[in-house]
Amino acid sequence: MNSSAIAAGPVFSARDITRVYRMGEVSVHALRGVTMDLYRGEFVVLLGPSGSGKSTLLNILGGLDVPTTGSVHFLDQNLTQSTDRELTQFRRDHVGFVFQFYNLIPSLTARENVALVTEIANNPMDPAEALALVGLEARVDHFPAQMSGGEQQRVAIARAVAKRPDVLLCDEPTGALDAKTGIVVLEVIERINRELGTTTAVITHNAMIAEMADRVISLSDGRVSEIRRNERKRPASEIVW
Amino acid sequence: MKSVNLIVAGLREPAVGRLISIPDHQPPRLNQLYLRRGRMPETGGLEVVVGESFANAHGFQPGATVDAILNGRLRTLRIVGIVLSPEYIVEMNAADMLPDFKRFGVFWMPVTEMEAAFDMDGACNDLSLTLMHGAMEADVIRQVDNLLADWGGIGSFGRVDQMSHRFITDEISQLRAMGLVTPIIFMSVAAFLLNIVMTRLIDMQREQIATLKAFGYHNSEVASHYLGFVAIIVAVGVLVGTGLGIRMGHGLTQMYTRFFHFPIFQFDMDWVTAVLTTLISAVAAIAGTIGSLWSASRLPPAEAMRPKFPGEYRPSFIEKFGLQRWLPQTWRMILRQIRRRPLKTSFSIFGIAMAAGVMVLGHYAADALDFIVDFQFRHVQRQDLWINLAEPSATDAILDFHHMKGVVTVEPFRALPVRVHSGPRSRRLSILGMAPDRKIFRVIAQSGDEPPLRNDGLVLSARLAELLQVKVGEYVTVDVLEGKRPTVQVRVVGTVDDLSGTNAFALQPFVNQLAEEGPLVSGAWMSVDSKHLDELYAELKATPRVVGVTANAASIQSFLDTVGENQLRMQGFVIGFAIVIAAGVVYNTALISLSERDRELATMRVLGFTKAEISAVLLGELAILTLVAVPVGLLMGYGMAWLSSRSIHTDVFRIPLVIYPSTYARAAIVVLIAAVISGAIVRRRLDRLDLFAVLKGQD
Repeated sequence: MNSSAIAAGPVFSARDITRVYRMGEVSVHALRGVTMDLYRGEFVVLLGPSGSGKSTLLNILGGLDVPTTGSVHFLDQNLTQSTDRELTQFRRDHVGFVFQFYNLIPSLTARENVALVTEIANNPMDPAEALALVGLEARVDHFPAQMSGGEQQRVAIARAVAKRPDVLLCDEPTGALDAKTGIVVLEVIERINRELGTTTAVITHNAMIAEMADRVISLSDGRVSEIRRNERKRPASEIVW
Repeated sequence: MKSVNLIVAGLREPAVGRLISIPDHQPPRLNQLYLRRGRMPETGGLEVVVGESFANAHGFQPGATVDAILNGRLRTLRIVGIVLSPEYIVEMNAADMLPDFKRFGVFWMPVTEMEAAFDMDGACNDLSLTLMHGAMEADVIRQVDNLLADWGGIGSFGRVDQMSHRFITDEISQLRAMGLVTPIIFMSVAAFLLNIVMTRLIDMQREQIATLKAFGYHNSEVASHYLGFVAIIVAVGVLVGTGLGIRMGHGLTQMYTRFFHFPIFQFDMDWVTAVLTTLISAVAAIAGTIGSLWSASRLPPAEAMRPKFPGEYRPSFIEKFGLQRWLPQTWRMILRQIRRRPLKTSFSIFGIAMAAGVMVLGHYAADALDFIVDFQFRHVQRQDLWINLAEPSATDAILDFHHMKGVVTVEPFRALPVRVHSGPRSRRLSILGMAPDRKIFRVIAQSGDEPPLRNDGLVLSARLAELLQVKVGEYVTVDVLEGKRPTVQVRVVGTVDDLSGTNAFALQPFVNQLAEEGPLVSGAWMSVDSKHLDELYAELKATPRVVGVTANAASIQSFLDTVGENQLRMQGFVIGFAIVIAAGVVYNTALISLSERDRELATMRVLGFTKAEISAVLLGELAILTLVAVPVGLLMGYGMAWLSSRSIHTDVFRIPLVIYPSTYARAAIVVLIAAVISGAIVRRRLDRLDLFAVLKGQD
């Protein structure tokens, strides 16, 4: 990321957001006042132990949830005041999601899983191109049940990036994978960020992964505990855990 | 026994009364009367008791009077009691096709009073008798006929041919057929739904099952937990169902009590059925439970706690033809889902189809009835009035009718009571001798063909030919039961598949020739100008020769009123049931799909699909199933109607296999509406889909 991106202003800006869930008679404070920005093209890792609020924050950024108080803007759009329909459109146009458990549609092949998204996108890649980007050109006609976890996750990444999203949000993308496969997946995410310039936010509780980010936003107990910039981004291939 | 014309206040057309004598001062020994209200009649003062149907139709209470023409004189009958009679469980004239409680009434009068009224001291013209134990009915009939032949006997018949008996036994056999078919349909649908519900429940609780197993519960303990659950569902279902069943049983009994008149008619609970129902439901539920439990328990606990591995899918058969290029991804998802679960798919289709089928079957009765009424009264018997003469008379008698005001056309007929034999098989009936040129009363087949009547043989109802086992060209023996009573061999020259009764037709001269009589007629069919009906009725009421005037329109209306109400109720019930089936199957199918696919649907929402778009994926599957099921169901309905038309072929009625397009349309629409409503309910659940729980879920 360079200083011109910062000068252009943040892609996302969250101001003092809180999120309180009511679980029966108990109130759970998932976020207790988080302020943060995401800049164009940067690779950010949201780091924190489980229960620190990182998934909640990612869901709010991705337009899946709205904060209880505070405001979130995506460029000029105030996500806090958007209707359900507007949030859906926002996700459709701007956000690529990658989940811990891949969440592929089991009845669709790799190509079709990608096509599912490109069919409703404005300026998508060809599904085959997206799959080539994640190194799966040989598996385009395979169903999820015929692929390994790592391959499924790469299909999920191809699906997320095929619409050329403004932001790629990854929730524990390596959480269900072994280390070796996890690295392959991280390399793909790294490459997407580098080659397509897609703003990327990755949630993890694995501090090692944080080393590949431009910036690391640490969360604990629903608050931002630290924001640090990595002076030297470590390539995914060098990461071990 | 005498038929008389009645003049009932408020009824413009004449009604027909049947007067039957009973012993003075004591109850009849056979065909005893059951006194509902009032008292039995005493001699002196023309006291009568009247059948309940006629009394109810006119609101008669004991103390009311009704005018009748007895032996050519207008007399006033005093009603002192209202009764039921086993001979007239349905108060109708055996010659009529439909009961008409308003225009046909049965009266009982002390015998001496009746003899006096008709100047028939010591005479009788109607006899009921019981047989000794071990007596052969056919023998007795022959002997009685021989004995009475010289006295003008028109033939005796066994209990099976007694009108009330036949009506009731036909009804019972219909009920029996319904009682077999309906529960089979209901139970299989219920079993299917229960099976689905249990399968779904356990699939959704695989995590809890895994948790229990992780804590050290044995498979058998987990199974017994769910079986306990089944026991509760079945117990509650059986309790509620039995309660409802008892209520409906009472309702049905009341419906019957209103149509058939019985002194006591009560609902009896059949506990064996309840137990059987419980067992079948339990077995169906347990089957669903065990199947799913088995697959859930085979998984090691750790694996069961993870989300299900992506199911294995293959391209659907449609795509094999290279059509997938045209299919959006969402449609591929739908088709592959359908293809992946052929059993579930066919069960769902079968279930929904059953709903449509039940609708068609339910409406078939109404359609058939409508067709019969239309066929019989708008194509066959097109007379406005049917006039019976007191006795066979010269054709001149009919000529007078032409001059009555309002009469448009008159067609005379000769109805000759006979017994027709072929080998050991015989049937009592009246041969209808008709004019060569028939405009009013026609002999036509259901196809619309009119077999020509002839002067050298009989055209028989196809049903009669079947009963007698004779074919066209063969001979039957005809015992004429009137006048000179000759026995003659007559050739069968044709058959006609008419709908009502077992009839024989010929040209009138041929019938006169059979009876060895002159050109006599028994009555006439008339078409009349409705503007002058009142005057015509008045004139006919005052014509002594005329003993019966039956107005077609009136009897159709009265019949439709009676039957219509019952049918409306039955139809309401059938529609309700079809909706329950359709909605139950569609809703459960949708819920299963939802529980299987909530993850992918939530994923699609996250990927930017709208609620409507993901609903289309789930509901599209239902739409396809429903659209496939509806035509299948209509076919099944046709099949069931065919079965039921076969099972209720009686002598009195043939129920033609007639199903109107509107019935198919109605069935399809009701099922579609039920499906749409279930779909809408599922849609609401989809709208509330918890994206995080579904996506994270297994974290």
